[in-house]
Formats: sequence, structure tokens, C-alpha cells
Amino acid sequence: MSLTKEAKARIESAAHQTRVDVIRMVNAAACGHPGGPLGMADFMSTLFMQHLRLDTDNLLDPKRDRFILSNGHTCAGLYSLLSQKGVIPRDMLMSFRKLGSPLQGHPHRNPELGIDMSTGSLGNGLSVGAGMALAARMNGWDTRVYVASSDGESQEGQVWEAATSAAHYSLANLTVMVDFNNVQIDGEMRKVMNVRDLREKYESFGWHAVDVDGHDVEAVDRALCEAKEVEDRPSALICHTLIGKGVSFMEGQPGWHGVAPNDEQAAQALAELGAA
Amino acid sequence: MEAPPAKKIATREAYGEALLALGKECPHVVVLDADLSGSTKTKAFSKAHPDRFFNIGVAEANMMGTAAGLAAMGKTVFASSFAMFAAGKAWEQIRQSICVPRLNVKVCATHAGLTVGEDGKSHQMLEDVTLMRVLPGMTVIVPADAVEAAAAVRALVDFDGPAYVRLSRAATPVVMPDDYRFEVGKGVVLRDGSDLAMIACGVEVPAALDAADLLAAQGISARVIDMATIKPIDEALIVAAARDCGAILTAEEHQVRGGLGSAVAEVVTQHCPVPMDLVGVEDTFGESGTADELLARYGLDAASIATRAKKLVQRKGA
Ligand SMILES: Cc1ncc(C[n+]2csc(CCOP(=O)(O)OP(=O)(O)O)c2C)c(N)n1
Ligand SMILES: [Mg+2]
Repeated sequence: MSLTKEAKARIESAAHQTRVDVIRMVNAAACGHPGGPLGMADFMSTLFMQHLRLDTDNLLDPKRDRFILSNGHTCAGLYSLLSQKGVIPRDMLMSFRKLGSPLQGHPHRNPELGIDMSTGSLGNGLSVGAGMALAARMNGWDTRVYVASSDGESQEGQVWEAATSAAHYSLANLTVMVDFNNVQIDGEMRKVMNVRDLREKYESFGWHAVDVDGHDVEAVDRALCEAKEVEDRPSALICHTLIGKGVSFMEGQPGWHGVAPNDEQAAQALAELGAA
Repeated sequence: MEAPPAKKIATREAYGEALLALGKECPHVVVLDADLSGSTKTKAFSKAHPDRFFNIGVAEANMMGTAAGLAAMGKTVFASSFAMFAAGKAWEQIRQSICVPRLNVKVCATHAGLTVGEDGKSHQMLEDVTLMRVLPGMTVIVPADAVEAAAAVRALVDFDGPAYVRLSRAATPVVMPDDYRFEVGKGVVLRDGSDLAMIACGVEVPAALDAADLLAAQGISARVIDMATIKPIDEALIVAAARDCGAILTAEEHQVRGGLGSAVAEVVTQHCPVPMDLVGVEDTFGESGTADELLARYGLDAASIATRAKKLVQRKGA
């Protein structure tokens, strides 16, 4: 089943709002990570608007789906999406990274705000997702667990420990979405430390794995639907993206991994996004 | 009258038995291991409750993360490996995925300390108490014997928050009474005395009791305190010991830097300064040997403790 026109529009509008929020939040904080969440906005919006079961009226439903942002530095995008879902108050967004804010510089577990796990140290999230998926299965729940990861994070050995055990325990209710943008802090991922073909790697670890254009929301939606049909193994979506997507001077630039746009740059970015 | 020699049981054995019993009573208890279930004694639980036991393989970091995920979904998780690999290799995951979100994971680490024996320094974890007690919100327990180990494990099932339990490979003397009731955060006076207080944990508790006998024969009256909970530590009991005895010796099968001795000293220096002596491993790694040989070689046996206690009492009087 393909996306309806309305669903597609909803996802695209969420992705657009995410980009606008990320620029505003990171600019207001004067620090943070804009590039990653701009690149992830399309596949993350597809997940949050179309797939992730999160009932705002029954937020703490134990059977809800779970989401772990294992590449925690990209959390401005997560906070924006949770605010668009009505879980995080909109007016809280601008407190991002400020003293006393629940919207910490890297996610801190706070189920009442839809934040299911603390992250920030790369490599840790997929193991936690596997634990959640195990628990859900033990309880006989149809909960699905989604983990966002990245190409840089895939250099961490623990990711592959988790990939091994998730396949060993046939965690079909676990899906990882890897932001593959060929960027990490020190530059191009392929030059710093090439993780090579992650689809092949996950597949060889016993996963259902697909490459997908991370900006093609219909393709991402199809891949997420497919993942739900797989009954005997976890699924990996290798989402190929462009860091900084949507803001011309950030696109493809490793330098925007973790630098905040100043007021002038933010204004230009927002103008390009049609939100000045 | 000579007391009969105490029977010896390894604290890891008591852990395995306690887990098995808990498994029947508490359906929310889940157990993880990292390819050491025969040694950590989680195997009995795994046989009785295969649906609630997961072997994660030789992947301790992943085990801690998996434990966190299970706990985030409402399970109470006991995760076991050797202390070296649980507290050492997976420290970061214990910090980030278990302690930061304050989840109900009980890390029960066996084969701690020199009494691992012949496996030698790669396996003789002597830094785990330091590493664990520095973590905000982490409860750290070093049971004195099998009775206390079983009681502690039982107490932790209903205890909210992360905990680390340090267990031994070697069979060690049973010193606690069968009806002993363990309370998290409470030390126990096992023997009263007035010339000095000896505060110990783990296998050093029976050693301190023996040392107290040796001291008594020389006319020195030693109070012996079992301080199983190293964090949160029983400040009141330490302050009372300092006030009543005027000198405190600590004893632990662990580096002196950062362990029980340091924890006690933190209280003593701030609230009740008295002369102290810290018995433990002195900034060195272990080596192969039998448990008893190693305890003697590293100055952790009763005779060594008694010698140092006597000097401390002399220093106090000087
Ligand atoms: C364990 C750990 N090591 C180092 C870091 C610092 N760090 C933060 S993001 C990052 C690069 C990760 O690559 P990726 O997620 O692909 O970055 P992006 O594509 O978002 O720019 C690093 C090294 C960290 N957060 N955790
Ligand atoms: Mg990247």
C-alpha cells in the first residue's frame, strides 16, 4: 500500500517544519548539531508521522512503540517532531540546550516527553533497542522498537555486538534506520574510516536490510511497511542522505555537523526554507 | 573455647541459588549473562526459566545495553559476568544506559578480587568498587559471605534503581547467622570492641573477625563492622565507631585507592577525624596463586590485619 496524497503531504510538511525548528533551535542555543537532523528530516518524519505508534492521549501506554535516537547529537530534529506530535510543548523548543531545560543537548530519558532513552555516547542505542524488543516480545506485545543510527556510529564495535544478538534472538520487532550521509566530525566518513556497505554488513549479520533514498518519503514508507512484514529477523534501513539537506550552504558540508548558524546564516537558511 | 571452623561457600553460589528462588516468585525478573553462566551461577536460573534468560555471548557492553532496554520496559534485570568485564569493559554502558536513566538493572559481578586465584591479574578485578561507586545513583554492595549475598540479592529485587553486587569465586567462610536480615545502606556490628574499629567488606570480614581474635589475645579490643553497602554508606555507624573507638582500620580485597577505605575516610575526615589505616591492595595488580596464598601475600589475611591494627592502636595512643 502506497502513501496517500494526504499522508505524503503530512510527512513533507513535518519534515519542513523539522528543518525550520532545527535552524531556529540551534541558532537560539548558539551551539548544537544542525547538519544531521536536516539530513534525517525526511525519513524521521516518515517514521513519526506514518509509523511510530505514540498516542498523545495515552502517552505512557506500555505497549506503545519505542524510539531511540542512538545518534543522539541529532536530537534537535527529534524534539521538533515530538513537539509536532503534541508531546513536547511547542514553546519548550527554544529552551533547547539551556540550563534547566528537559531538552538536553543530548537526549535524556523522559517518557512523559516521548524520550524513551538517554543517548549521546555513540554505539549504545541498538543494544538498548534490542533489550526493549526482547521485553516487548516476552510480554506478547505488538510493540515495535525503532532505533536511529548513523554511518559514523557504525564504527563503534558495540553496534555489531547488538546486530549479532538482535539477529540471534530473531527480533523482528526491531528496526534500525541508519543515517548514511558519508559525514562524521573529522570529515568524509569514507576518508576517516570507511564502514563500507552497511546493507551488506547488516545482511551478513542476519538482518533484513535495504538501501533507501532517505529523502524519498515514499520509498522510506515502503521500506518501513516491508520491515513490519518480516517475521523472523530485525530490519535495517540504510537511509542515504545529504547532510544539511534543504539549506544550500550546509548541504554536503561536514563543517555543519556541529556548528550553529549565526543570526545571519540562520536568516538565510530560513529564507531558503521559505520560513523567514 | 575454640569455635568450630566456619563452613565455606562462595558468594557466587549463593547468588545463583537466590536467583533461582526469586525466579519462581518474581515473574518480572530477567537474567542476562555473557557466556559465563556456569561460572557466575546464573545457569540454574537459565534452566528453570529459559524464557527469561538471555545469553548475550561474549559482548559485555551489549549485555548492559540490552539490560537497560529490558529494564526500560519494566523488567528487573540481573546481568552477570566476571567483575573485570562487567565493571571494566562495560563501565561506559553501565553509566550511559543504566545509571543516567536510572534503570532497574542489578549488575551482579562474580570473580572479583585476588581470590579469583590462578587466572591471575587479567581476571583479578581490584578497581570495580571505585569505578561503580563514583557513578551517581549507583548502589554498591560487597557481601561478606554467602548468607549476606543471598539476602542482598533478595533485597535488590524490590529496590528501585541500579545496583552493583560484588561476588567472589572462592568459597569463603560463612559468618552471618542464617536469620540475618540485610538492609541496603546499613552496616552491621559483628563484634563489639573499644580500642579500634575494623570496618571490612567481602572476604575481609571473616579475616577481620579472625584478626579480632588475634588482637584479643594481645589485650586489644576490636570492634568489627561488616560494611556490605559501600554506597550509600552507613555514615552513622562510622561516626559512632570513630567516637567510641578513636581509631578506624578498613580492610578490603580491592585497591585501597577509591574503595571501601576511601569511602570510610570520606566520612571520617569530614565528620569525625580519628587515626585511620587502610588495608587493601597497594597500587599494584595481582598474580597467579591460590586464593589464600594471595590474600597472605598482599597483606589481606588475618595476621596482617592484626599487625596493622596493633600499630594503629599504638599510633592512637601516641
Ligand atoms: C562514543 C562517542 N565517541 C565520540 C563522540 C563524539 N561524536 C559526536 S557525533 C560524532 C560523529 C558521528 O558520526 P555521524 O553520526 O555519522 O555524524 P553526522 O553524520 O551526524 O555528522 C562523534 C565522533 C560521541 N558522541 N560518542
Ligand atoms: Mg554521518
